[in-house]
Amino acid sequence: MVFQSSLKNCLQLSCILRTPKAGFRSSSGGLIIQSVSNDVYQNLAVEDWIHDHMNLENRQVLFLWRNSPAVVIGRHQNPWQECNLRLLRQKNIKLARRRSGGGTVYHDLGNINLTFFTTRKKYERMENLKLVVKALKALRPQLDVHVTDRYDILLDRQYKISGTAAKLGRTTAYHHCTLLCNADKFVLSSVLKSPYKGLKSNATPSVPASVKNLFEEDPSLTYEMLLDAIAEEYATQHQIDHQITLINPADETVLPGINNKTKELQNWDWVYGKTPKFSVSTCFNIAYKDSVIDVKIDMDVKHGRIEGCNIDLPDQWLPLALCSELVKNLTGSKFCPDETTTLATTLLRVCPQDDDMHSRWNLLCENMRMLM
Amino acid sequence: VCIHRVRSCSSIRFIKSKYVCVFDKSALKFSHQQRLFRTSAVSCGQIVQFKLSDIGEGITEVTVKEWYIKEGDSVSQFDSICEVQSDKASVTITSRYDGIIRKLHYNLDEIAYVGKPLVDIEIDASKGVAPEEDVVETPPMSHEEHTHQEIKGHKTLATPAVRRLAMENNIKLSEVVGTGKDNRILKEDILNYLAKQTGAILPPSPKGEIIPPLPKSETVPAAPKDKARKIPLPVSRPLVFSGKDKTEPITGFHKAMVKTMSAALKIPHFGYCDEIDLTQLVQLREDLKPLAQIRGVKLSFMPFFIKAASLGLLQYPILNASLDESCQNVTYKASHNIGVAMDTEQGLIVPNVKNVQVCSVFEIASELNRLQALGSAGQLGTNDLTGGTFTLSNIGTIGGTYTKPVILPPEVAIGALGKIQILPRFNGKGEVFKAQIMNVSWSADHRIIDGATMARFSNLWKSYLENPASMLLDLK
Repeated sequence: MVFQSSLKNCLQLSCILRTPKAGFRSSSGGLIIQSVSNDVYQNLAVEDWIHDHMNLENRQVLFLWRNSPAVVIGRHQNPWQECNLRLLRQKNIKLARRRSGGGTVYHDLGNINLTFFTTRKKYERMENLKLVVKALKALRPQLDVHVTDRYDILLDRQYKISGTAAKLGRTTAYHHCTLLCNADKFVLSSVLKSPYKGLKSNATPSVPASVKNLFEEDPSLTYEMLLDAIAEEYATQHQIDHQITLINPADETVLPGINNKTKELQNWDWVYGKTPKFSVSTCFNIAYKDSVIDVKIDMDVKHGRIEGCNIDLPDQWLPLALCSELVKNLTGSKFCPDETTTLATTLLRVCPQDDDMHSRWNLLCENMRMLM
Repeated sequence: VCIHRVRSCSSIRFIKSKYVCVFDKSALKFSHQQRLFRTSAVSCGQIVQFKLSDIGEGITEVTVKEWYIKEGDSVSQFDSICEVQSDKASVTITSRYDGIIRKLHYNLDEIAYVGKPLVDIEIDASKGVAPEEDVVETPPMSHEEHTHQEIKGHKTLATPAVRRLAMENNIKLSEVVGTGKDNRILKEDILNYLAKQTGAILPPSPKGEIIPPLPKSETVPAAPKDKARKIPLPVSRPLVFSGKDKTEPITGFHKAMVKTMSAALKIPHFGYCDEIDLTQLVQLREDLKPLAQIRGVKLSFMPFFIKAASLGLLQYPILNASLDESCQNVTYKASHNIGVAMDTEQGLIVPNVKNVQVCSVFEIASELNRLQALGSAGQLGTNDLTGGTFTLSNIGTIGGTYTKPVILPPEVAIGALGKIQILPRFNGKGEVFKAQIMNVSWSADHRIIDGATMARFSNLWKSYLENPASMLLDLK
């Protein structure tokens, strides 16, 4: 990627990092930044940008961000397995794939995200989480929060309020975690339940957990208080000013090349195309006029595209030629209801006009869409 | 073979003992194969086993999740080799060497062990790469950019720290004069180069050069244009274009388009165009827009065009018909399912409004809103996309006046509407007035539709729109 980087461009960020603070501070420095955007792709792009372009040798970074409703899956996960994509599309909830590992989470403005950037050598998740717990306890000493060895933070020993994931590059690393403050638990549980049956995949599965919001436990809490407490603790531990710098993830002058990174994250080939190979094997019934028929579908999906497809129908229910034409067209196309519908409806244009046949065809296609 | 080995060994500056080449059978086998294939002076290199380095946190095993390279690929130092996962952490493993991948030790989803070989890389003997430990913080860069830094066959000696400085400032090492030992490029050389280029700290903007495009790259957007005013003009460089043609299979929407249009080719098209004075309709819509808004519906011109078309089809039903495959029979369709061409991110789709003949203009508008919302969300169902009998395409919203639309089988006619322009026209008294003019271009299947029918239909449709009150007479 071509980017105009120079000391001047990265003035507010890497320049600060590069010029050592002569004399009066110890060598471990830190920087706390907060995003002004609630767009999940823009914020993930900031993480990428810092990971790729910042010198973290003498200074670590804490990044604070919140997103409008989105489901974020881990790097190696399968969105069909992890969430209800139909519901996401209906409710206009975005789907993003992050570059770190781990499981699927639901973000909305009631959830705070924290990212700890360090060099690869100083990568230490437990320390970061203990910092968060310490901050929470400093704010509200009666809160029963602790870190598990799975890097979750539990409230009252049973409710998960934070999940963790990490990304390690050649020289830098980041560890990010969520913090449930006031998220919509109803939407959370409904979108994170996959309705898709018959999926077989080696993708990393998520481990479901009961969740609770911090604000439920203590309604007097606010986001500002939580962010402040965490920033305060981070500042203390890194011996820096407790000052939060705001950044705009759309600003190319501060973050050159950031818009390209945002586009990459929004790209279908990243969000869906990076799904590890999986197969779908399922059957359903179609009721038409006086009869009910069984249909069996087998599909192999690689890079989000249908690699192989088999549709088993009773003889004569639909013209064989048309079915094999559909299978042929589906091969290579995206495993996506939109594309399937377009292909299927187009095929109807070029075959004999038989209303009965058209109705059956539409029924078959509607059912197939439901698989995606 | 042995003598060859010794000679190439001496030119490699390996320091760490654990990276000494392993002379096992496979290495010998590869070098033997090399002799058969290679004829250049660059001799067979050494096979080095690149081991999986420490991940941290005491982790000893990881799962291989994705390979970025395959056997036979050439890699440069810092290129990404694979992605591994361990306990919620995703790790990008990058290459320590320049060379060619000779063996992948694991398949996808297998467990890999820290300290054990991950890949075998054949190192080019002439490029003495000195591997340093992870102390170096060079930001990981993409393969293409890295090759940019090294002209093949030309040794550019520089420590990784110096390379990083050059990369960050978009400087080609080959263009910097090295003043160190063996013409090694030092940090001062880079800084001198920068100072000479622009007289400022800022790097020269690579405007005169087209950088080889990455799969998803775009030129850096808007903001740097401001910088251009402040940065002095760069030293002109020879134009280097190394873009490559890209071939990819046609799938999805495009495939559907190919199918439809190939079938449409069989239809003998004829065109008929006209201009419509929408002055009165524009006024009517302005009056009705707020009413529709109150009912929660956005009112455009399309509902009027669609309803007028349906009224016209009642008089000329042959335009709402279908010709069978063998051209023996014509089927006059009872329903006016009027399709509306929609442009979405993925491509062209044509949902249709069902039974326009029994719908009011408001109902049509409401249905259009629904279809548009579903269309942009990629959620149109098969029912919405099939069963169309006649199509209108409002290409005018994007631009254009007259077009030559293509009929969508199994239909026999289509209309394309151009943009509305304000043009001077003469009224009945011979005075010039401001008219809102829109052009319409019809195409019809000449096997069953003749010019006269098309013209009369168009005139009727035109009269309804030019004098909207006349629609009231025929509304059912």
